[in-house]
Amino acid sequence: MKTRVVITGMGAITPLGNSLEETWEKLLAGKSGVAQITAFDTEGLATTIGARVANFEPELYIDKKALRRMDPNQRYTIVASQMAYDDAGLDKADLDPDRCGVVFGTGIGGIQTLEDQYQTLLDRGPRRVSPFFIPMMIIDMCAGMTAMRFSFRGPNYTTVSACASSAHAILDSFRIIQRGDADVMITGGSEAAMTKLSMAGFCSAKAMTTRNDEPEKASRPFDRDRDGFVMGEGAGILILESLESAKARGARIYAEVVGAGMTCDAYHMTAPLPDGAGAAKAMLLALKDAGVDPDTVDYINTHGTSTGHGDLSEVKALKTVFGEHVYKLAVNSTKSMLGHLLGAAGGVETTVLAMSIHTGKVHPTINLDNPDEGCDLDFVPEGARELKIRHGITNSFGFGGHNVSIILAAHH
Amino acid sequence: MSVDEKVKEIVMDKLNVTAEQVTIEASFVEDLGADSLDQAELVLALEDEFNLQISDKDSENLKTVGSAIEYINGHTS
Repeated sequence: MKTRVVITGMGAITPLGNSLEETWEKLLAGKSGVAQITAFDTEGLATTIGARVANFEPELYIDKKALRRMDPNQRYTIVASQMAYDDAGLDKADLDPDRCGVVFGTGIGGIQTLEDQYQTLLDRGPRRVSPFFIPMMIIDMCAGMTAMRFSFRGPNYTTVSACASSAHAILDSFRIIQRGDADVMITGGSEAAMTKLSMAGFCSAKAMTTRNDEPEKASRPFDRDRDGFVMGEGAGILILESLESAKARGARIYAEVVGAGMTCDAYHMTAPLPDGAGAAKAMLLALKDAGVDPDTVDYINTHGTSTGHGDLSEVKALKTVFGEHVYKLAVNSTKSMLGHLLGAAGGVETTVLAMSIHTGKVHPTINLDNPDEGCDLDFVPEGARELKIRHGITNSFGFGGHNVSIILAAHH
Repeated sequence: MSVDEKVKEIVMDKLNVTAEQVTIEASFVEDLGADSLDQAELVLALEDEFNLQISDKDSENLKTVGSAIEYINGHTS
């Protein structure tokens, strides 16, 4: 008998708010977090809008010296992790540090630091490059720093699979607890890649929207007039815990993690398989892993990025997996409001799925004015609604052809 | 501002310590809690402030606030 795994704490820093509560309220209200980028000069970029974190106050959580030595990506992680830890009611005194671990996912890492330090190298030479350049830039350090903060000495690493990164992290954390290697895992992920260099790269790859004059309408998954994703940033962190551990300390349980599946398209660097076969297979593997009948799934939190190919391929995948039942599903895109948090998307969207199950509400997909051909599912366009969810799935797909599906269930 | 005052100010800022802790005898590692990365950053900051180059060998000998001040006084005009 495998160990059962539940979600007992969550935290988030997103373009809609510096807490999960605020983010969730605004998602239900259908608010967009997209705006003109003012943090740096966007001159020459085809895309000048993004979904930025605003009014973030890491100094409330992190001391001054440590803060100066952290990339924004690491700041988002540490703050959201502390929120999740507190939300779960964890207490160092009650935990066996060897049975507690951290697995995060990040797609890009400390690219702001990389850009700053490369400029220093060019302007002032190699001797002026900061000794903190490497620890601030490398992708795994978020997990290392979090372990130090909470004295978690169990499994610790970082998964990197572009926009599926934090979904892979959650999948791995689920398995780690399931097979008995840890009792508590901090997981999810973060991203802070809204820099000029990284924006320029995504613009050149023609992946982002150029609807610069209507920021709030730019992310429009499944709509006929979508033209690419909006970059977002932030972190979505969860505390996964064995059911036994959660029960022993009387913890509140948001939802149970019951299954996960992962595949690769093995097709193209940036485009998904047109028929969505890789995504469909990931969902089917997750359903099989969970032992869940597809007809008992009520809700899908899509990857839904607002790109031409991506959205169509995901709709086809859903039709493949669910057959006629697909028309009974509530299907939404968190990215219609938050933009695409890249490596952090799976973390944030898993918190959204858990909140949907826990509160019995699903948020709308905004900007769906004219559903594209074939996009005939119930995308919840009219506004948030109440929904009793037995099982819900969140999908995350990444450049490289990575597909991850995670299934959560209501816990009774 | 004198060399002493400037060095103390940099040490306080980089190591996040108080003026009272930054005595002439204070050891960066033992008294002020610096690790190897802190020390490397401190040397960079001193080089910037006093416009000099401190070799790796010399920087190994800068173990206290006093030794740093002494080094700077001996290498600046």
